Amino acid sequence: MGFYISFGTVLLLLAITAPLALLFGFGGAMAARSHFPPLSWIGRGYIAIVRGVPDIAFFLFFVIALDQGFEWARHKVLCPEWTDPIRQGNDFVVCAAAKMPLSSSPQWMHETYGFSLAVLTFSIVFGAFAANVLNGAMGAVPRAQVETAEAYGMSHRQTFWRITVPQMWVYALPGLSNLWMVLIKSTPLLFLLGVEDIVYWARELGGFKTARFTAYPHPDWRMWYFLALLVFYLGFTRVSEIVLTRLTNKLSHGQATTGGEAQRRAEA
Amino acid sequence: MNCWQTIQDYGLRSLGYGERLLPRSDFTLCDQFTLIGSGMIWNVYFGAIALVTGFFFATLLAVGKASHNRLARKSSEWFIFLFRGSPLFIQFFFAYFLFLSLKSVSPFFNPLSSAGMGALVVLFLNTSAYSAEIFYGALQSIPKGDVEAADAYGITGVPRFRRILWPTMLRLAWPAYTNEAIFLFHATTLVFFSGFPAWRQKGDALYYANYFADKTFNPFIPYPILAGYFILLTLIVIGLFGVVNKRLNRHLPKEQRRKIRYRPQLMR
Repeated sequence: MGFYISFGTVLLLLAITAPLALLFGFGGAMAARSHFPPLSWIGRGYIAIVRGVPDIAFFLFFVIALDQGFEWARHKVLCPEWTDPIRQGNDFVVCAAAKMPLSSSPQWMHETYGFSLAVLTFSIVFGAFAANVLNGAMGAVPRAQVETAEAYGMSHRQTFWRITVPQMWVYALPGLSNLWMVLIKSTPLLFLLGVEDIVYWARELGGFKTARFTAYPHPDWRMWYFLALLVFYLGFTRVSEIVLTRLTNKLSHGQATTGGEAQRRAEA
Repeated sequence: MNCWQTIQDYGLRSLGYGERLLPRSDFTLCDQFTLIGSGMIWNVYFGAIALVTGFFFATLLAVGKASHNRLARKSSEWFIFLFRGSPLFIQFFFAYFLFLSLKSVSPFFNPLSSAGMGALVVLFLNTSAYSAEIFYGALQSIPKGDVEAADAYGITGVPRFRRILWPTMLRLAWPAYTNEAIFLFHATTLVFFSGFPAWRQKGDALYYANYFADKTFNPFIPYPILAGYFILLTLIVIGLFGVVNKRLNRHLPKEQRRKIRYRPQLMR
């Protein structure tokens, strides 16, 4: 049963992470293009660091780092009278009230907390990639459009929101669709973050079972379980590919790009 | 124990030489630098060998995909789709369990269930598929004039490919291929987290970084060290590929040469 639910987990992760990463990306791109230097340094730094390092290292890093960050913040607020250092040798000690989630809370709280940490981690990492794509797309909006807006006396902010943002999506779409494919293909990494996802269940259920532990003894079937996962992902990416191609066709309709021009020619 | 001693004990630990036991407590910065650096040997080994062998297979696949022979075209297309459409992580898992069950068929397959050989095979196939797509794209964008000129001189068949098409294909594909190489190195960190056992704790860089993070419960030291090593590796790869790029472009006037831009194609 858990095996089938875990497919839902993957889809849920995708459904939450995609918009959240887009939001992070938008914020990052805005920061990177800002005219206020410290903000633009933060934006650029965020994009540069996350892209330069293996993503798996980031996943492993952020889960612990975020967890400790939350607990540290709660520790500071909830138990100000605590004087012992938090890092005692190889241990990370916070007071009982600051534990996330509280050790008395039920099992599903722990699972939800682990899942939301995973979502946040995915969003931070993919937000940086999205920021890069959106930054490029904002730069790709024809200069003449921005100049016209300036000629009409729009402020910098107005130009950005009314001219650049509505027009950049066509330019961002190829990059974003690539990102979506990558996001799909990175969902098995949930396993490394300690969420009971499809990889976990495939290992559990497929493993060697003797009659002593279960009513359905079977030899090692993990190979077949992973073959099923392989097929699942292949199907998923194929469907996404088809949908995204259609979307691109639709969006480039009537645009002053090569794609739009080709469509116009084909119709004429 | 001074640092030189640590380097002697653990410098080749990932290959099984030196001290048998990993350090258990009182981790010094030197310990972490040495062991994670020692793990990098595996990352370089996987990446370099898969890249060199994959290069030839990728050329073959790209030619197959561009050929008029239906059988060759279809089989290369399917191969590329299979490996680009599914997550590398799942491919590792599936391959590992496949090799395990092959082991019982014939002892010939024994070495494949160890990380050193089995993961290398998967990485080889995977990078071949990704590079083949890049090469195929380049093959499609070879200037028509070059081919016509070859025809005019009466160069056909294999000589035409070897002397006209192939160098131009490489020249066009090289910037994208550089990024593929960088990401192949990043992808090698997945090996020891995907079923392949780290026998006697001989793992790669991320394996050791994860070990330290688990033991000290402090991710802020080992992961940045790992990141530093990978940034160094990335710079080396960019440098080496830059030399080749220069050679491929040496006949062109300066302003036509294409610079390698670091544009990651993200993870698999």
